[in-house]
Amino acid sequence: MSLSIRDQQQDASRIRRRIVVAGVLCILVVAGLMTQMVRLQVVDHHHYATLSQENRIKVNAIPPSRGQILDRNGAILAENRPSYQLVATPERVPDIDTMLDEVGEIIEITEAQRERFLNRLNNSRHFEALPLRTRLDEEEVAKLAVHRHRFPGLEVDARLVRHYPQGQTGSHAVGYVGRITARDLRRIDRTAYRGTNHIGKSGIEHAYEQVLHGEVGVERVETNAAGRVLRTLDRHPPRSGDDLILTLDIDLQDAAERALGDQRGAVVALDPDSGDILAMASRPHYDPNKFVRGMSRERFQELEDTGWQPLINRPIRGLYPPASTIKPFVGLAALEHDVIRPDTEIHCDGSYHVEGRDEPFRCWRDWGHGDTDFVRAVAESCNVFFYDTAFRLGIDRMSAFLEPFGFGTPTRVDTSGERSGILPNRDWKRRALGGGWYHGETVITGIGLGYFSTTPMQLARATAILANQGRIVEPRLVQTIRDGEAGHESRTAASTPQERIELNDPEHWELTTEAMRAAVEHPRGTARLIGDDLDYSLAGKTGTAQVTESREDDDEEEIPEHLRSHALFIGFAPAEDPEIAVVVVVENAEGGGGAAAAPVARAVTDVWLTEDYAFLEDLEAGRIDESEVEDEEEAPMELMP
Amino acid sequence: MSTSALPGSQGVGVRLSFLQSRLHLDGVLLTALAAVAAFGVAVLYSAFGEDWDQTRNQVIRVSFGFLALFACAQIPPRTLRRWAPWVFGVGMALLAAVMVMGVIGQGAQRWIDLGFMRFQPAELMKLALPLMLAWLLADHDIPPRPRRVMLALVLIAAPVGMIAVQPDLGTAVLVAASGFFILFLAGLGWRWILGGVAGAGAAAPLLWFFVMHDYQRARVLTFLNPENDPLGAGYHIIQSKIAIGSGGLFGKGWLNGSQAHLEFIPERHTDFVLAVVAEEFGLMGVAQLLAVYLIIVGRGLYIAARAQDNFSRLLAGSISLTFFIYVLVNAGMVSGLLPVVGLPLPLVSYGGSSLVTIMAAFGILMAIHTHRRLWS
Repeated sequence: MSLSIRDQQQDASRIRRRIVVAGVLCILVVAGLMTQMVRLQVVDHHHYATLSQENRIKVNAIPPSRGQILDRNGAILAENRPSYQLVATPERVPDIDTMLDEVGEIIEITEAQRERFLNRLNNSRHFEALPLRTRLDEEEVAKLAVHRHRFPGLEVDARLVRHYPQGQTGSHAVGYVGRITARDLRRIDRTAYRGTNHIGKSGIEHAYEQVLHGEVGVERVETNAAGRVLRTLDRHPPRSGDDLILTLDIDLQDAAERALGDQRGAVVALDPDSGDILAMASRPHYDPNKFVRGMSRERFQELEDTGWQPLINRPIRGLYPPASTIKPFVGLAALEHDVIRPDTEIHCDGSYHVEGRDEPFRCWRDWGHGDTDFVRAVAESCNVFFYDTAFRLGIDRMSAFLEPFGFGTPTRVDTSGERSGILPNRDWKRRALGGGWYHGETVITGIGLGYFSTTPMQLARATAILANQGRIVEPRLVQTIRDGEAGHESRTAASTPQERIELNDPEHWELTTEAMRAAVEHPRGTARLIGDDLDYSLAGKTGTAQVTESREDDDEEEIPEHLRSHALFIGFAPAEDPEIAVVVVVENAEGGGGAAAAPVARAVTDVWLTEDYAFLEDLEAGRIDESEVEDEEEAPMELMP
Repeated sequence: MSTSALPGSQGVGVRLSFLQSRLHLDGVLLTALAAVAAFGVAVLYSAFGEDWDQTRNQVIRVSFGFLALFACAQIPPRTLRRWAPWVFGVGMALLAAVMVMGVIGQGAQRWIDLGFMRFQPAELMKLALPLMLAWLLADHDIPPRPRRVMLALVLIAAPVGMIAVQPDLGTAVLVAASGFFILFLAGLGWRWILGGVAGAGAAAPLLWFFVMHDYQRARVLTFLNPENDPLGAGYHIIQSKIAIGSGGLFGKGWLNGSQAHLEFIPERHTDFVLAVVAEEFGLMGVAQLLAVYLIIVGRGLYIAARAQDNFSRLLAGSISLTFFIYVLVNAGMVSGLLPVVGLPLPLVSYGGSSLVTIMAAFGILMAIHTHRRLWS
């Protein structure tokens, strides 16, 4: 070393000064670290302690089992079936490939299933059970049980899955459940649906979701960060959803759907006394079970692509002009207001002139009905009679009389998606369309056309009120709610409003019924096709609503299907003491109301009142000769103002 | 324990105890290191979920560390000084070799596979760089002249750059720090230091855009706002803070840390082991551990101050301060003060090679203290 001692000591003290600086810095830094530790461990201790607790304790949901849906006689419409799936917990399986080979010898495991399992294996935590095969049948479950000891880590897992044993029958009324979607999540209480994958999407399943769902149970478990459950701390069991007993009779429902056959349309059958919906058919229908499993986009598209909207619940969502089926109600209004008397005759020469219009309104029968009274006008569905009656009654009195029958207002039936239809009047027109009311509009409203629109359910309710001679009923689909746990039952608020439509002369009810019986029973009645061999009295009214404005005198066959007229029928039986009120709508039918809709109604009333399936079978076999009935054609739409 | 020099005896004569003169060990350091290591084993036993097999590995590694310490303590500083350029040369060569033929592990090229063990040249560089710089500056002016400072900076930049591209940010920071500490202790002017800090500030954006890997950038961003990504990169920091905060003043007790035992703390037996300490032993435990670390660093600085030549002073000071950086960066990261940089908590974290390096460094410190000449 060439440096002197003095230099060395100078260097040493320089370095020492820096060492002191460094030491002081170290102490300051540690003080800073301690400050942060104090902040975390003392100041914010409570906050972090809570977070740590939440970290550790996980609340697991135990889904409740959904309530069953039964028909009025106890037939199961919706239930929960165990669905078995084979699951494997990878960490407990000694050798995955060997296991797959050996299990494959016992039950079928396709190459695709095997591949899917191995894919999942790569993307999951090794202590989580992975599905290997879903929807095992009973035999496969039994086979697996026998060989269970050979496969550690394999388990058969049973889950409850919604099942609709009736399949397509009643599918619209009952509805279906489907996977909970992002849209559902926005409106439901998420906590109540923890652990549940399905939710009611339509029909009763949707409308009574809260009742059917039940209450979710919880168990608190201690988990590690990876989510593995270490132990259960406590458990609060779920409460099953309540069962629903419907007013529906599945046999009658089936009969109604069969009677409609491949035609599009709706049938509603009510018990006029209680408002119980005995049948509520909508065609085309669909298999709700497919929605439970989850429908692929393609399959859904297939349904949609038929163009006939099979998912629409026609009885409450289909809007149709009531057409001639409104005539008994309009006649009743005219009788009540003394516009006509029971023996008033109006001459029909096939056309009716309204002041200020050049074109006349036509009757469906070109050559007219001649002198016609109320009964005959209903039975033969004379338009001119009702043009004149409506004109003289005026829109205000007419719509005021029709309103309590429920036209233009929802029936408040206890299922979701109901539409309200339109009862046209001055007020409605001003609000909806603006502008004043024309005479021509009154005239056409008198035969249930123009702006008039109803749902089959509304029409059925009005028919039931007619059958009740004025007692108002509310249609209902759920008869009883049965507590899923305790088993006690509670009836739903059944048609309690005991209001009546009071007539000045109650005889007019009888007269209207007589007129409607004539439509069925009189040789010239528009529904005479169904009047033969009746074991009971049937009061009815046909209706035919044109869809297109153009009125060609060509054969029906040449008009494209979607432009053909809708066929309607309303009726109740037995006429003296009604037990059923029925409404049939056949969309774009091959005949009018008398040919296409009336036979469907007869089949339904036969089954309900006499359990006689002969007419239904004849109808299905095409043995009902519709040609003998003239097609009533309602007033052409081109005459609309 | 320690019976080092009497006041005023420095530079003239040194009286050494048996431990110092024969075994070349320093009692204070040895006791403090052993205390931390023993505590570390206890913490790891808990962090491993009371798995003794894995804990035993750590005991074996710690024993190896103390062997390394003992071996290095026997090497006289003069010998080290002679070897310094060669050690540095070999270190650089190995770093280059890693770049060329390194084994890929964890996405980074860090190891040379020797067949029976994996060797990280970067670990060697933690010792080789301060040795080299101390050698470079010791025989010349203190404070160093600008030209020598520039040379020193080049010698720092070369290995640090090679380690940073491996990429091993934590080790690069440490190696760079060990080099800068030599310069700092050698009396580098404050103007240089402030200029350097300013320069680093200016270089940061360049580093960000041209040097850093995506995951490194993510770490910095996550550090700035961990709640942005609570299940991804921010998860480590959030869970670590929860563990620390829930420990409170006295902790949940040994083996009772729920965050640790339920596996919420990531890397709980390596980089985040301090979170386990904080959860189970509370603020008191953390304070005591940091106090012992301060004692170790303080003793190291004392040894540096008492050393007899510039080479020893610079080397001892750098080793002590680098050790402190370990503690600072790790504790700062675990408590959310610094970005997540993969550095272990010395003597506590589970892991082999850095432990051995640290212990070897303390061996050198002891050698510096115990090979002092009795007369100058």
